[in-house]
Amino acid sequence: MYLYILKRVLSTIPVVVIVVLFVFLMLRLAPGDPAAVIAGDYATAEDVERIREQLGLNDAIPVQMYRWIAQLGSGDLGTAIFSKLPVTTLIGQRLEPTLLLSLTTIVFTVLIAVPLGTLAAYKAGSWIDRFVMLFSVAGFSVPVFVLGYILIYVLAMQLQILPVQGYKSPFEHGFWVFLRHMVLPTMTLSVIYIALIARMTRASVQEILQEDYVRTARAKGQSEFKILMRHALRNAAVPIVTVIGLGIALMIGGVVVTESVYNIPGLGRLVLDAVLARDYPVIQGLILFFSFVYILINLLIDLSYTFFDPRIRY
Amino acid sequence: MNEISDTPVLEIKGLSVLLPDGADREFAIEEVSFSIGRSEIVCIVGESGSGKSVTAFTVMGLIPKKDLVPVAGEILLHGENLLGKSDRQMRRLRGKKMGMVFQEPMTALNPVIKVGDQIAEILEIHANMSASARKKRVIETMEDVSLPEPVKMYDSYPHQLSGGQRQRIMIAMALVLEPGLLIADEPTTALDVTTQAEVLELIRDIQARHGTGVMFITHDFGVVADIADRVVVMQNGKVVEQGTRDEILSAPSHPYTKMLIGSVPSLTPPNRPIPEVAETALEAKALNKTYGRVGLFENGRMVKAAQDVELILRRGETLGVVGESGSGKSTVARCMVRLIDPTSGDINVAGTNIAQMAESELRAYRQKIQIVFQDPYRSLNPRRTVGQSIVEGPMNFGLSGTEAQSRAENLMRIVGLAPEALTRFPHQFSGGQRQRICIARALAMEPRVLIADEAVSALDVSVQAQVLRLLQDVRERYDLAMLFITHDLRVAAQICDRIMVMQRGVVVEEGRTSEVYANPQHPYTRSLLNAAPGRETNFARYS
Amino acid sequence: MPDHSQDAIMADAVLSEHEDPSLLAGMLNNRAIFWGGGLLILFALIAAIGPFLTLDPTELNPIKRLKSPSAEAWFGSDFLGRDIFSRVIYGARVSLVVGIAVALISVGIGLILGLVAGYVRVLDAVIMRTMDGLMSIPAILLAIALISLSGATLGTVILAIVIPEVPRVVRLVRAVVLTVREEPYVEAAIAAGTRLPLILKRHILPNTIAPLIVQATYVCASAMLTESILGFLGAGIPPEIPSWGNIMSEGRTYFQISPWIIFFPGIGLALTVLAVNIVGDGLRDTLDPRIARKI
Repeated sequence: MYLYILKRVLSTIPVVVIVVLFVFLMLRLAPGDPAAVIAGDYATAEDVERIREQLGLNDAIPVQMYRWIAQLGSGDLGTAIFSKLPVTTLIGQRLEPTLLLSLTTIVFTVLIAVPLGTLAAYKAGSWIDRFVMLFSVAGFSVPVFVLGYILIYVLAMQLQILPVQGYKSPFEHGFWVFLRHMVLPTMTLSVIYIALIARMTRASVQEILQEDYVRTARAKGQSEFKILMRHALRNAAVPIVTVIGLGIALMIGGVVVTESVYNIPGLGRLVLDAVLARDYPVIQGLILFFSFVYILINLLIDLSYTFFDPRIRY
Repeated sequence: MNEISDTPVLEIKGLSVLLPDGADREFAIEEVSFSIGRSEIVCIVGESGSGKSVTAFTVMGLIPKKDLVPVAGEILLHGENLLGKSDRQMRRLRGKKMGMVFQEPMTALNPVIKVGDQIAEILEIHANMSASARKKRVIETMEDVSLPEPVKMYDSYPHQLSGGQRQRIMIAMALVLEPGLLIADEPTTALDVTTQAEVLELIRDIQARHGTGVMFITHDFGVVADIADRVVVMQNGKVVEQGTRDEILSAPSHPYTKMLIGSVPSLTPPNRPIPEVAETALEAKALNKTYGRVGLFENGRMVKAAQDVELILRRGETLGVVGESGSGKSTVARCMVRLIDPTSGDINVAGTNIAQMAESELRAYRQKIQIVFQDPYRSLNPRRTVGQSIVEGPMNFGLSGTEAQSRAENLMRIVGLAPEALTRFPHQFSGGQRQRICIARALAMEPRVLIADEAVSALDVSVQAQVLRLLQDVRERYDLAMLFITHDLRVAAQICDRIMVMQRGVVVEEGRTSEVYANPQHPYTRSLLNAAPGRETNFARYS
Repeated sequence: MPDHSQDAIMADAVLSEHEDPSLLAGMLNNRAIFWGGGLLILFALIAAIGPFLTLDPTELNPIKRLKSPSAEAWFGSDFLGRDIFSRVIYGARVSLVVGIAVALISVGIGLILGLVAGYVRVLDAVIMRTMDGLMSIPAILLAIALISLSGATLGTVILAIVIPEVPRVVRLVRAVVLTVREEPYVEAAIAAGTRLPLILKRHILPNTIAPLIVQATYVCASAMLTESILGFLGAGIPPEIPSWGNIMSEGRTYFQISPWIIFFPGIGLALTVLAVNIVGDGLRDTLDPRIARKI
């Protein structure tokens, strides 16, 4: 088992290297002159030159690479062009709303999607199964922000039971106010995630219910319900947990949009502000941050297999 | 409930089960009747599609009712008709009054639950016992089935056990509540022959002690010979004959049974004239194939699939390579055809060493040595016509389309199929026919050596007999050298002139087939031959 | 010489007589493909022909700003008085073009990379780690970054969406290659001396077509969504071209008074993507039930 853990940890290294390399190359291989693009349409030649200097684009490539790696190694994700603040500081300022939104979304999603998918597989072919499949396809098809606006229109504007937008920190305003403001964003962000996980849960559970050991359990006279709980779900844990991890990538994308719709001052909004301000180091720093988070989460999930699957443990 | 009486444990009367629409016949099983008494082992034999598994699953109530519907007859378990019972009632009977053991021990156990707990589950469902009482009973049962160190094994997971041990766990599970009926669906088919012998003995032993009636499904007549009290023969969903073991095996009456029994190869090799020494067609010297690397990222486990194998195959003879799983016989075969690359050693084809040759040089030699694989259902590209598959090889070597086509037509005739069928796709042929096509494909290359890698192992016994005859004829007709890989000692006895026995990558014995079978020298060979089921039986012969 | 033909006829089953139902019939019978495909064709027709029949989507008409849907303007008008219905029809074009272009390009690239990864062991590790790395970067962020670097045109947007979609296709193709390589019929072809290019063409490639077609539909759907999100965030296609994302982005400020500026394109987009997804599911079920598990 320890060998497995070691292998898994070591195997993230190449992935991290690729991400770092790719981000490095992105700036330098883009067609045209990235400094000019970043400077914008109304920039003067001096502006462009200044930006080029700031991004360190005038030095030789190996020098740039070395500086880049050293910089990352010391935990420095870059410095914003306009505010001159380190990216890490900016991330720190905006982290809380995004983190809380992500957590509530993950919890909400798992609590709904896994039972829904399991139920659909258990009663395959029934109306509930068809409903789940339909919901899952629909959830995949509606763009996050459209859904957001629909929810705002119905629940906030017409029915007026929830606030239209905004974020209230639980540390300042108390838990319930925070929650009230979180309901719509969480629902908006969760839909696509629920659609994905419900569908994969259903597929995994259904596949497991065809396995030979389920037939053995039936031959022992076990009830269908206990078979589902004891035999099927324990084996479905690994694929379900895996897809939860993979779905985080989807969720991160959705966060950007959701924060935009609901005016939440989190990391997603930071991305958008950076895009509008053409603050490339911030964009770059955020890409690295989110990628590392994603890699870390999936590593933790891989390691959790040791808990679920005895074949890895022994 | 378990009163000693003359009521049979299981009585099936006129059972018929419908197949869903669009199947190739109306009934899965039709008017099936037989019974199983206390302490009796009844073997249900038949080829694929005979309906023997459907019968077993219908008795257990394990078939989805929507797909296979029982429409007539009765299934009486200790006198009670199972067909009228609700799902709930059936669940109470399963595991308690009737137990079942399946074919694949690897997948029949839940990989994430301890094996002891899986046996205990039955007690949880049907018996009112405390957790400690359950555990005690499970350990007793595990001792009953001769599992080593039951207390320790209780906490093991299926992947930590061998195939034979897993099957014992399955048997323990089926018998822990001492049901009157045990249904075993090909329980030893997936096991090595030595393990099979142990498990068969176990079943006989337990059954005698507990007085269980056993429905034993198999296609292997050797097993029938060793274990059956009575035999029921099924074909295409119907029972064609039943009787005592001796009746069926030595003096069958129905033509189908006669054909089946006649197709079982004898364990006694026929007398073969010793041929003059012909030229060497294929030779292996110090052939080694090792998997795995010692390194940081491998667990340092090296597997020596083949160790220092020496092999000489001459023109005009058939050399058999016999062994159980993991013996390395398939590895050797695949090395010969360079489908895998040997780690070291020489492979001489017509005098040239091809062991380390680069692919471009090697291609010319590929024509000389061809292979027929085990699985007829995966050996032909499903999207290409059979004709296209056969002409592919010759056309690689310069034959024109028309020449290759006429060669293909000729070969189809030789293997006993209509040349017009060249335009059909593989799924339109049966398993045995597909194997013939694969033989034709190999022959189309006009090779000197033909390797048959378990080529008949996946075929029904009657089809197997025909394909074996075909292989022998083909070998004679083209004066080929044939390397015949098999785990089946009967087949090897009948078709091989010389034989090589392999164990864990090492050749332990070799010699003329008749001598090795009559006087095995190596202990492993001896244990193999001793374990062969039905050794003592003389099957009826019809030629 | 023993007559094997007798044996063959006697014991083996008779050669199967019935023909395969044609694949096309199977596809048309599948409800998902029928309805989803029908809807899509309808949309495509509207997108193609519509522009000739509608009002000019760029025509400014300040007098008629922010009017609710009416007989005159079916979807209402926006803050510059432009007719939303026309803009939605024009936007359909952009979305469909982007979706199809991304699907075709990413499947093409993914096919090549997947074949190489499946067959050339040395490159396999490199390619797969690179794909893993790409998949670790959230797609929207990657697209935003790429566009912000190279300026926003239809071409760069398409490319920026293609790049995050490629890894999944590569994975799929590689999985198919690795499985098919193990099949005995491929080994038989090798033993018969068939060279690698022919093996790829005859044996490997045909097995990739069905999963690729299914994957292409999913990529198309995903690409349309991504494009609209990029447009909505202001990071996508320049606002002069009416794409659904752009239209909705412009409608944000006026949402509380004229929600239809967002709703109509939004619903149009959702329906189109839904249709593509449904067709994809239907294709997956008809073309090869075995791959239904992998996707």
